[in-house]
Amino acid sequence: MTLLSIQNLKAHFHTEDGAVRAVNGVDMDIEEGEKLGLIGETGCGKTVLGLAILRLLSENTTVEGRILYKGQDILTMSDHEIRKIRGKEIAMIFQNPLSSMNPVLTVGTQVAEPVELHQHLKKKDAMQRVIEMLKSVKIPLPQERVKEYPHEFSGGMRQRAMIAMGLICMPSLIIADEPTTGLDVTIQAQIIELMKEVLRDSGTSMLLITHDLTVAAELCDHIAVMYPGEIIEYASVRDLFKDPKHPYTRGFLDSLPDRGLKPIAGISPSLIDLPAGCKFHPRCSLATERCRKERPELIKVGIKHYVRCFLYD
Amino acid sequence: MSLYLELKKDKPAMLGIVIIIFFGSIAVFAPYIVPHDPLELNLEERLLSPTVDHPMGTDNLGRDVLSRVIYGTRVSLSMSVAVVTVVMVLGITIGTAAGYFGGLVDDVIMRVVDVLLAFPSIILALVIAGLLGPSLTNVMIALGAIWWVSYSRIVRGSVLSIKEKEFVEAARAMGCSDVYIVRRHILPNVLSPVIVLATLDMGHIILSIAALSFLGLGAQPPVPEWGTMLNEGRPFMETAPHLMIFPGLMIMITVLAFNFLGDGLRDALDPRMKEGAIK
Repeated sequence: MTLLSIQNLKAHFHTEDGAVRAVNGVDMDIEEGEKLGLIGETGCGKTVLGLAILRLLSENTTVEGRILYKGQDILTMSDHEIRKIRGKEIAMIFQNPLSSMNPVLTVGTQVAEPVELHQHLKKKDAMQRVIEMLKSVKIPLPQERVKEYPHEFSGGMRQRAMIAMGLICMPSLIIADEPTTGLDVTIQAQIIELMKEVLRDSGTSMLLITHDLTVAAELCDHIAVMYPGEIIEYASVRDLFKDPKHPYTRGFLDSLPDRGLKPIAGISPSLIDLPAGCKFHPRCSLATERCRKERPELIKVGIKHYVRCFLYD
Repeated sequence: MSLYLELKKDKPAMLGIVIIIFFGSIAVFAPYIVPHDPLELNLEERLLSPTVDHPMGTDNLGRDVLSRVIYGTRVSLSMSVAVVTVVMVLGITIGTAAGYFGGLVDDVIMRVVDVLLAFPSIILALVIAGLLGPSLTNVMIALGAIWWVSYSRIVRGSVLSIKEKEFVEAARAMGCSDVYIVRRHILPNVLSPVIVLATLDMGHIILSIAALSFLGLGAQPPVPEWGTMLNEGRPFMETAPHLMIFPGLMIMITVLAFNFLGDGLRDALDPRMKEGAIK
């Protein structure tokens, strides 16, 4: 069953320099229990897409399209209704666990917040739940550590606590925005293992936003590749690695360290001044006259494999 | 706990705490420790210099200065605590509203603040107290009406920077309402500068109350208030200087104590102010 269905989503910021077109017509479905990776370079709009799902974008943003969660359009919900979705149905794990925690509240108090808000548990029961949760994300001595402040936690422990906070209300969907960036490699591996385990146990769906293809490959079933504001390729992890279709995806894969570390020529376009036609054509060695003029649609090239490129038209 | 350890190393701050606790207990237990009734007239013992029976002498109506000074502690401390509480609540509420909601609310509030800041505060207080008529309550109202501005500015500034922090966004992402975010996540983060300011302001407010009373706008005779006592002793300054020296000393010591404590708190709460941190 489709849990979250994003249809023709657009998100534009209005700034003094003009409209920043961060998301330009994204269509994407997340099934129940599915783990979808959203990958792309810095500044391609993937975080904006994640924030748009929970309606967390600032007020100078116009968001168009539909975001159906269990059939209900999130974009037309009242403030009260959306607050009941946030944290309870769809939770978010942020990139930087230190700045995402309030320095003056203990870790226990903060991890308990979602249950206090949504399940109206008493303080004592909530704390009991927090300790269980911290145990399940493998924080040692949870009954001691709940009384500590975020700065007393190490980076890896903080990210574990953030994961616990995200999962404590047993949401149906987790949006994880770069959950392993900023952690060193060994801790990264631990966190990935942990996320795999807790997601498998809870059956929670996940939208993983990352620029790290290897992390996405570890954690996800499907991967959507984003290039300024659009999804340019969607495939299962296997297909994407074995048979990447879009020239950008190929370049992305070739830029991985174990595939030769070859950078893609050129830089990604500014979101204020996007090129006409295919957004990738200025950097594409296979670009034709048509690429410069027309915007390609997503073309089906295999089972659950779509690509936005005229090469396959 | 760590705050206390930090303060313990700061000798002036500790001295301040001791003096404040001492004066505080004097104020609370005033009726039990005064040697004489502070309002009792005794025209046979007018303008006595300090003696064993009257350690601070007597005033022009024969009242015991020590007893009056002790009762004055009560008036000064309770009034300044009341004023500081009121301005803190006002300043925090207004400042948070301005900082958090921004836009028009912010513009209107901050222009009012700018106007109020453009006047010397004591003159403004004089005008308000003058308009309302001389009494202690009116002095409190006057001081409350002008003193919240500095709090609202400080709070607004902190709120502006804190509301952009990621943990506020994280709180919103978990379904917190605006009110909850302000109460739970923003206010605890702005409290420490406010506490420092409030401690320092205790001294300023004691001074202002004394000043307004000295000018005849605050406490009215025969209420034993330090500023009023200074005013009453003024005509006898040359023959009986103790009438002004003792209340004056009390004002000075109390204000100093609060300033010492405020400085100490600021150093303890703000790591950047710590000695040796910038080297």
